[in-house]
Amino acid sequence: MILIHCPYCDEKRAELEFAYAGEAHIARPLDPSMLSDEEWETYLFIRNNPRGRHHERWRHIHGCGRFFNAVRDTVTDKFETTYKAREPRK
Amino acid sequence: MTGYRLPTGGRINRAAPVTFSFDGSSFAGFEGDTLASALLASGVQLFGRSFKYHRPRGLVGSGSEEPNALISVTRGPGRFTPNLRATNVDLYQGMEATSQNRWPSLKFDFGAINDRLGMFFPAGFYNKTFMWPRSFWEKLYEPAIRRMAGLGQAPTEVDPDHYAATYAHCDVLIIGAGPAGIDAALEAAATNKRIILIDEQDELGGGALSDPALWPWLDRSLKALAASPNVTVLTRTTAFGYFHDNFIGAVERLTDHLPGLPDGAREKLWRIRAAEVILAQGAIERPLVFEGNDTPGVMLASAAKVFALRYGVAVGQSVALMASHDSGWNDAFALAGAGVGIAAIIDVRDVVDEALQAKANALGIDVRLGHSVIGVRGRLGVKGITVARNDGTAASDITCDALLMAGGWTPTVHLWSHSKGSLAWRDDLGAFVPDVPNENVRCVGACAGTWNFGAGVVVDVLPTPKDPARLKAFVDFQNDVTAKDIKLAVREGFRSIEHIKRYTTNGMATDQGKTSNLNGLQIASTALNKPVTDIGLTTFRPPYTPQTFGALAGHAKGALFQPTRKTNIDSWAEEQGAVFELVAQWRRARYFPKAGEDMLAAVNRECRMVRSSVGIFDASTLGKIEVVGPDAAEFLNRMYTNPWKALEPGRCRYGLLLKEDGFITDDGVSARLAPDRFHLTTTTGGAARVLNLMEDYLQTEWPDLNVWLTSTSEHYAVIALQGPNARKVLEPLVEGIDLSAEAFPHMAIREGTICGIPTRLFRVSFTGELGYEINVPSAYGRTLWERIMAEGARYDITPYGTETMHVLRAEKGFIIVGQDTDGTVTPFDAGLDWAVGKKKADFVGKRSLARPDIVALGRKQLVGLLTDDPNMVLEEGAQIVADPNQSVPMKMIGHVTSSYWSETLGRSIAMALVEGGHSKMGQDIFVPMPGKTHVAKVSSMMFYDAEGARLNV
Repeated sequence: MILIHCPYCDEKRAELEFAYAGEAHIARPLDPSMLSDEEWETYLFIRNNPRGRHHERWRHIHGCGRFFNAVRDTVTDKFETTYKAREPRK
Repeated sequence: MTGYRLPTGGRINRAAPVTFSFDGSSFAGFEGDTLASALLASGVQLFGRSFKYHRPRGLVGSGSEEPNALISVTRGPGRFTPNLRATNVDLYQGMEATSQNRWPSLKFDFGAINDRLGMFFPAGFYNKTFMWPRSFWEKLYEPAIRRMAGLGQAPTEVDPDHYAATYAHCDVLIIGAGPAGIDAALEAAATNKRIILIDEQDELGGGALSDPALWPWLDRSLKALAASPNVTVLTRTTAFGYFHDNFIGAVERLTDHLPGLPDGAREKLWRIRAAEVILAQGAIERPLVFEGNDTPGVMLASAAKVFALRYGVAVGQSVALMASHDSGWNDAFALAGAGVGIAAIIDVRDVVDEALQAKANALGIDVRLGHSVIGVRGRLGVKGITVARNDGTAASDITCDALLMAGGWTPTVHLWSHSKGSLAWRDDLGAFVPDVPNENVRCVGACAGTWNFGAGVVVDVLPTPKDPARLKAFVDFQNDVTAKDIKLAVREGFRSIEHIKRYTTNGMATDQGKTSNLNGLQIASTALNKPVTDIGLTTFRPPYTPQTFGALAGHAKGALFQPTRKTNIDSWAEEQGAVFELVAQWRRARYFPKAGEDMLAAVNRECRMVRSSVGIFDASTLGKIEVVGPDAAEFLNRMYTNPWKALEPGRCRYGLLLKEDGFITDDGVSARLAPDRFHLTTTTGGAARVLNLMEDYLQTEWPDLNVWLTSTSEHYAVIALQGPNARKVLEPLVEGIDLSAEAFPHMAIREGTICGIPTRLFRVSFTGELGYEINVPSAYGRTLWERIMAEGARYDITPYGTETMHVLRAEKGFIIVGQDTDGTVTPFDAGLDWAVGKKKADFVGKRSLARPDIVALGRKQLVGLLTDDPNMVLEEGAQIVADPNQSVPMKMIGHVTSSYWSETLGRSIAMALVEGGHSKMGQDIFVPMPGKTHVAKVSSMMFYDAEGARLNV
């Protein structure tokens, strides 16, 4: 079971306190009605599937409840870093 | 000597005899014996039958590496454990053990016919032979193969034992308490670190337990460890898996070594998080591959030494050694020192250390260098061997009753590999050793490849003059894989060891190739003419040794498998004899049968009473979220399809929630209590999901909104009072709320008290009748319920369950998200266009409602179905076709989502998702079922009171 550092609690806690929440840094368009079908499709469905560094969202659902971002290596399953939502991509 | 028990020596307690049974016969041993050592001492060599060929098999090893001696132990009903390694089973008074995989008996096994047919059972035999015809596989081939193959019987009864579990944290976790592990523990003990030392055996010491010269050191060391308060020692504890971030799973066997039925947990699962892990798992000796190497009595030299010096048991009266490594010579000398007769030392090497030869000569042992064993005499036990020069000449017989194999050593890197540490090949050892760690871990002692066992050579198959194609030289004893199987796999084109492994099953048995992997690799390497490092090593995966399901499940079984959520009113329903169903994790009353009623009769009665008088329903499980803050209305307006800003305090609204993909994910009636406060309801199963979705948007997309979300699902008990007499029942109980139709219309909320209890009183209806949902603090749920029951008695108030709730809502065409929708249904598909705010610029999912596939014609749409035969209740999930006469397989155009007998209408009703359903009103569709095709007309879902006259009273 992986240990994950919650940037809000500033604690390393067991994986079972957290829930995965998909790829990070995909902002909801401010005015979706202005988007073409293709652009909306990209926002909705198209995700990265990198071998290596992956930016992803986690929620400390059984802790502080906050969503935060993380960089995890998809090969080793090791977390490189975690950081608060709205902080720039790392 | 009594049997094969040596007159002196060993760590057994000769003052404490133990009797036990094996296959129904009585045997004797001593305290401190394993089942293996006690049987061996009684002269038993035959321990089991092999997996595929049912060949007679005896002990190969003395510990966890044992591939052959798998036995079953029973301790009464439900306490039957198959596939235990006899070498790991601590003997206790009265033990009942049996052998496996034989019929009718171990010595006369019908299945051994497979051995005679052995030439027809090469690698891939099953895959090649039982391919055709396909239909025979399930009914004929598989059951027959399963009967013949396999290991022990699976237990059939419920396990009555209980299993404990615990978490532990430490600075240093040391796995393996041989000399290297104990030294590491002593070193760490001198610091102030928290240390856990675990070992799978009944006592610490590992290899030192079979080296009496080390016993004084062992005693001193164990005393020092015991005196260290920072050291926790766990024996009979197997570290079975090494997971991320130094998280180790271990199972401690608490009672299996004790006689009778001891109190307390049988096993305990330890989940250990360690800052540093030190692996001291040791090494396992490698067998040699030659004709007859699986005959009972052929075993590892190191195992024979363990039996002699730890348990005081001679593995034979006259023992021969076949070696390719110096360590076997020293083991033979140790046996000689313990009084075991050594018949001969055969070594495949031409040149061996002079000192070893001199010692053998001094002991008068017959030594044959540059020789190999080419055959073993005896079927149920070794009677002698044939040896020859490596060039095949000068064959001669040697009489012996046991043959030891010393093929070198394999470091035990299993846990290291679980942790994803890399391995490096060492030619001098002919083995993989730990290289670069992936966690904070290091290996010490033999598992790191550092040992002083002497030198050796690595051979794949011992030289023999016999036809290699007919050789029965075993590599994997447990899965019955021979050297020729591996060569066959290479001939058939397999190149990667991962493929060779799967094709031959080498190393795939429960022992995970502890004694077979490296030999298999060498044989493949030779056959492919490639170095071992080009072929690779197969991956070790947890568990290191098989563990019980009981230990892994712990307390999470039966009623404790998952939490059962109960409402405050649940106990009342139970007392009334309600039949329950699980909805998400909630236990809900499904119906309340009276004497003699089946479900249909009870539900019909409950439906009649709600429609004619008044019914009462426990709706406490509804999800509830309190939405508070100056931007609460704006937030809900963005989340839900409908407009919320204009909703006046005191009014309710049906809310439809989509995901961004435009599909319905939840719904519920919500109320505005104040300009900045809403009481949301969600479906029972969707409560957590909806809160998560809302938190996600609030935290990450719209952090500028000043809104707080709080789950209040369990804060309120909710009693639904439904039916034309609902108001009359409520009136005498409510204070501070005008219940009149004018003052308190449908879809409104009022706050006041009921029976003195503060309440949020909703006037809402999921039945189509005049209805209220009374929210009170949870703890008052049952009290209020009983007060209402008493008040309603004069109207024959009737408790109803979820089944009646389903029927009543279906009569009104109200959907249930997750039953009538499946994650691909839009508001338009569900006929809920009216709930979508047309003027709203945006809400979650709005943009998706304009996607080409969403606006396309022919989508599955939710409609009503009325069967031509009014008594026919369709099956939910039944498939729908447009033309019943088309050829099979038919084109399905939808399925039935809800279907009931409507007592109110005196006929069946159904809801269904049908392609282009909204444009098929009045048309016939067909539901083909076994034996009959049912005809139904597409209709509106509003089966009852379409104009809503019964609501607005």
